[in-house]
Amino acid sequence: MRKLVILGAGTAGTVMLNKLHPVLNKDEWNITIVDQDETHYYQPGFLFIPFGIYSKNDVMKPRRDFFPPGADVVVSQIERIEPQQNHVLLMNGKTLPYDYLIIATGAQIHPEETEGMKDGLWHKNIFDFYTVEGALALANFLKYWEGGKLVVNVSEMPIKCPVAPLEFLFLADSYFTERGIRRDVDFHFVTPLPGAFTKPKASLILGDFLEKKNIRLTSEFNIARVDNENKTIISWDNVEVPFDLLVTIPTNKGDDCIKRSGMGDELNFVPTDKQTLRSLEYENIFIIGDATDLPSSKAGSAAHFQSDILFANVMSAIESRPLRARFDGHTNCFIESGFGKGILIDFNYDTEPLPGKFPLPGVGPFSLLEETKMNHYGKIMFRWMYWNFLLKGQDLPIESHMQMAGKRK
Amino acid sequence: MTIKELIARTIELDSDGHLKNMNDWDESLANALAFEEQIFELTPDHWKVINYMRNEFKTKGDAPSIRKLTKESGIDTKTLYALFPKGPAKKAAKIAGLPKPKGCI
Repeated sequence: MRKLVILGAGTAGTVMLNKLHPVLNKDEWNITIVDQDETHYYQPGFLFIPFGIYSKNDVMKPRRDFFPPGADVVVSQIERIEPQQNHVLLMNGKTLPYDYLIIATGAQIHPEETEGMKDGLWHKNIFDFYTVEGALALANFLKYWEGGKLVVNVSEMPIKCPVAPLEFLFLADSYFTERGIRRDVDFHFVTPLPGAFTKPKASLILGDFLEKKNIRLTSEFNIARVDNENKTIISWDNVEVPFDLLVTIPTNKGDDCIKRSGMGDELNFVPTDKQTLRSLEYENIFIIGDATDLPSSKAGSAAHFQSDILFANVMSAIESRPLRARFDGHTNCFIESGFGKGILIDFNYDTEPLPGKFPLPGVGPFSLLEETKMNHYGKIMFRWMYWNFLLKGQDLPIESHMQMAGKRK
Repeated sequence: MTIKELIARTIELDSDGHLKNMNDWDESLANALAFEEQIFELTPDHWKVINYMRNEFKTKGDAPSIRKLTKESGIDTKTLYALFPKGPAKKAAKIAGLPKPKGCI
């Protein structure tokens, strides 16, 4: 029997299992998926929890609901990968040998990387919304908050879903307006980037939105520490920003098991061929989603587009054919802009977000780089698509390579 | 893409303002590039970072991130920001004649 092991049962790992399980011959192949716990989180939904739009139950389901029948599932933490030996050591003491390995161990937030972040004010006046716990604690805080200085700060790049901090601001603007206290909240977005977003053209448009919504922008701010006593964040070059409520997007890192395996860069992301998704070091190891060091967005849509490419390349590798499928960096983001509207952007490694109609050229129903109600419905509908189609590895009506048709330069 | 007059020769820069042709770089050009970034004197510590960056680029093909810089150059983050205010990784790469680090997306 030949063995294929998938590490991580998040979006990327689950989709890969669902694509490979039905096509690999059961008499020749044994596929195993490993994760440390049994709950699947719909991470894009965390954003809505602080504003009471989603509850905990909207974003959590048992992982087993999305595994194909007969799949070999192991619940254990991963101790480390020993790539020279072609096996994975698990915390439960077991060893999993493999012929091919897919690493889909994702990325997590690490507030403790910033001095003072997890001291006195953590989950009192300082919150994250990248974990269910953080998002729920923030929801509870916002319910009773009467206003003051709201600071949203990105610690360092890269982060999962680079548009999420902006969406948080836009939704908060909408939320406080509806509560009648918008004028009592001073909005301030503080980022290490030179502008509102990672891509210059979209950054300009999103920057205009910040201005329209009366949100102050401080760019090129690299946080050094949090002064809990004076409720201030301080940059390495001593710029101080005071807050009453700090919503932080802490440092994102790859899983600790990557560090223990000695396979990651300084943030535990695994060096990956940006087109084939194969490890730069080991021929029989592939990486997908947030675990990679690719210069594409760490987003579910990118992981989903990568899954088509990786499926083709894994099939080629096990049949000793050359790897021909190429990931182009395609990412697609529905950006909530508040008041029941949304903006849609679609881009890849080389092409910035452009205006136009999507996914059907000239028709839509979605509009790129424009604020519409339909884009918001797209985002809301997407959760249903995610649970019912995407995770199960079924095709969505969106190409994995970015398309130019329907876009204006 | 812009072309700038620096130290009496024409140097071509890329769209990020970094050297287009790495072979144009020499120590006097580094001083001129630093001047453009409001760094008026390159101290031995500046050179330690610049030389580390150039070495790293030669072996790895990418300029290192700020995290890698602090871990491997022997200079702590606070000092790095004092040497190259705002963005040490980006600024040091520029002065070292390297393209913008890929990590800065």
